[in-house]
Amino acid sequence: MTALAHVPTSTGQPAGPPPPPRHDRHRLLPYLLLLPGAAWLLLFFAVPLFQLAAASLYDPTGSLSTGYALTWAFGNYPDVLQAYWPQFARSFGYAGIALLLALLMGYPLAYAIAQKAGRWKNLLLVCVVAPMFTSFLVRTLAWKTILSDNGWLVGLLRDVHLLGPDGRLLATPVAVVLGLTYNFLPFLVLPLYASLERLDYRLLEAASDLYASPVQIFRKVTLPLSMPGLIAGTLLFFIPATGDYINAELLGTPNEYMIGNVIDSAFLVRLDYPQGAALSFLLMAAILAVVFGYLRRAGTEEVL
Amino acid sequence: MTGMSAKTTGRAAPAGDLRLVNLTKRFGIFTAVDDLSLTIPQGSFFALLGASGCGKTTTLRMIAGLEQPTSGQVLLGDRDIARLRPYKRPVNTVFQSYALFPHLNIFENVAFGLRRRGIRSVDDEVLRMLALVQLDDFGHRRPAQLSGGQQQRVALARALINQPQVLLLDEPLGALDLKLRRQMQIELKRIQTEVGITFVHVTHDQEEAMTMADTVAVMNAGRIEQLGAPADMYEYPATAFVANFLGQSNLLAAEAAGGSGSEVPVTAHGARFSVPAGRARADRGEVYLGVRPEKLHLADSADQVPAGHQHVTGVVSDASYVGVSTQYLVRTGWGSELSAFAANSGLGGRLPVGAAVVAHWDPRHAFLLPRAPGQDDRTAGLLDEPVGASS
Repeated sequence: MTALAHVPTSTGQPAGPPPPPRHDRHRLLPYLLLLPGAAWLLLFFAVPLFQLAAASLYDPTGSLSTGYALTWAFGNYPDVLQAYWPQFARSFGYAGIALLLALLMGYPLAYAIAQKAGRWKNLLLVCVVAPMFTSFLVRTLAWKTILSDNGWLVGLLRDVHLLGPDGRLLATPVAVVLGLTYNFLPFLVLPLYASLERLDYRLLEAASDLYASPVQIFRKVTLPLSMPGLIAGTLLFFIPATGDYINAELLGTPNEYMIGNVIDSAFLVRLDYPQGAALSFLLMAAILAVVFGYLRRAGTEEVL
Repeated sequence: MTGMSAKTTGRAAPAGDLRLVNLTKRFGIFTAVDDLSLTIPQGSFFALLGASGCGKTTTLRMIAGLEQPTSGQVLLGDRDIARLRPYKRPVNTVFQSYALFPHLNIFENVAFGLRRRGIRSVDDEVLRMLALVQLDDFGHRRPAQLSGGQQQRVALARALINQPQVLLLDEPLGALDLKLRRQMQIELKRIQTEVGITFVHVTHDQEEAMTMADTVAVMNAGRIEQLGAPADMYEYPATAFVANFLGQSNLLAAEAAGGSGSEVPVTAHGARFSVPAGRARADRGEVYLGVRPEKLHLADSADQVPAGHQHVTGVVSDASYVGVSTQYLVRTGWGSELSAFAANSGLGGRLPVGAAVVAHWDPRHAFLLPRAPGQDDRTAGLLDEPVGASS
């Protein structure tokens, strides 16, 4: 809106003569460096994205055997939204709760590794990353065992009456949220660690010297200075968690299905390409909206 | 001057002196601060001077509350603050690294302490502080946009605005270049006079300590070697460590026979000298005969030595011209090298290397210090070797 029109004024520096134009080859160098990456993105991101956009506007009555016609069927969008809004809401709900759980565990963990671990730092980091050495699928299947009805965890929870005698964890929203939390936790912890590792403990001492209690030190120094890692970590966690379908598939039932499951089945089971494409675009738009809203808010955090 | 002083001193509570009583800090088996006791009068500019690792910074951190003493007391007036958390102490610190908050602008950095104490209207106070350190127009900038000297002044303003009873300065000028450091030394002294707060300044730079402080304490291996006014300590040091840490000294290994009169006779390397009894820290047994290099004068022959001066003969072994003075090394008959500074005042010519000279001094400028048995001369010529920290 008006943000682009507002050009920051230079801070009182005298306007000297412009520097002489550099040699042409030097001006081209940045573009040459960009070329491989740009070509890759164009071929494997922009072109498929365009095809997906086209597919989302195909005639919904077509099929793989009869072929699809591009009829600019914008009606696909309201149709899928009406049919699948509960799965949309569930995706953001589960991912949001999982993010909160991951923050509660991940921030103290990242802080401890970065500031307190001393010579155990590298070992602890390996422990955070170690699960990634096994497949995503295998890890989620392992959770299936942990949460199973005759597993020790359910037995324990039943014994302490946190679960009823017939209560279960597997095939419930709890299982899906726990799975999401576990699977994406490292993506939150690693950027947070990187931010907190650079946090100078002398700033914490200075804050303490300047009458800040431990809680105030956290709110006014530690948290603002770890903001870059916190933002990166929450995005790296939230975006894939929202689009995930493995956890709902393996740990939940159709009642826990998220939007990823619907897209998966539209493309691979029902072979309804226009619907799958329209859902994919809606998911992308929704995530972008959430991310931009979040960044706008987080960007003003330091003024708090 | 700026109207700051009346307000600040007016609001500061009657603090009383800062007293350290039997303060000790051990890290494992290493004793960083060893049973330290001293009194820093209210409103004074006190310097803790010592080489790195002597315990001066640990002492400062215990006053700030950033380090817990192993034993002992930190008394502010009659109140023992040794076990209070740092944010509960009426003490603020200017850190060596400045430790400015990079995510806050200069205004908010300076306002930090006031805001944490729940003071709402900070604008007037912050602007007055920025004016005091001459950074009026810098409030909206980030620390990274400031030069080292400007950051240093922000760190000072950020601490001073809280009107602490004691301001601690941890080598705050160490990162500045020489010219800026001189300028800041004068600034700091001016501000201290203006606000009247007790300043405790930790430094390894003896010139800095002597320029600024009313009282200097020289620390070595966790203990105070000597404490006093800079000029008194320089003119009459108490130990060999102080004699060579505060400036340089020529210390000749000597034996004193003890004297009943006003003179203490000593023998060094076969020659006989004497020192006024009032300038002898030891008058019997093994002693050092000390003379400062600028009080050692060079003459061509013994008959040019003024009456009353004592002398040794030698050969100029090195001469370095440093602008205001020329620093000579004179090799004596017994092999030690004495250091002598001759002011380049235009009187008298410069001596070439290899010239035979007579080094002479007024015995009223010499001093006697206790010497551990078996220790040899410690002269300026040997200064590149580490002296002190272990002694």
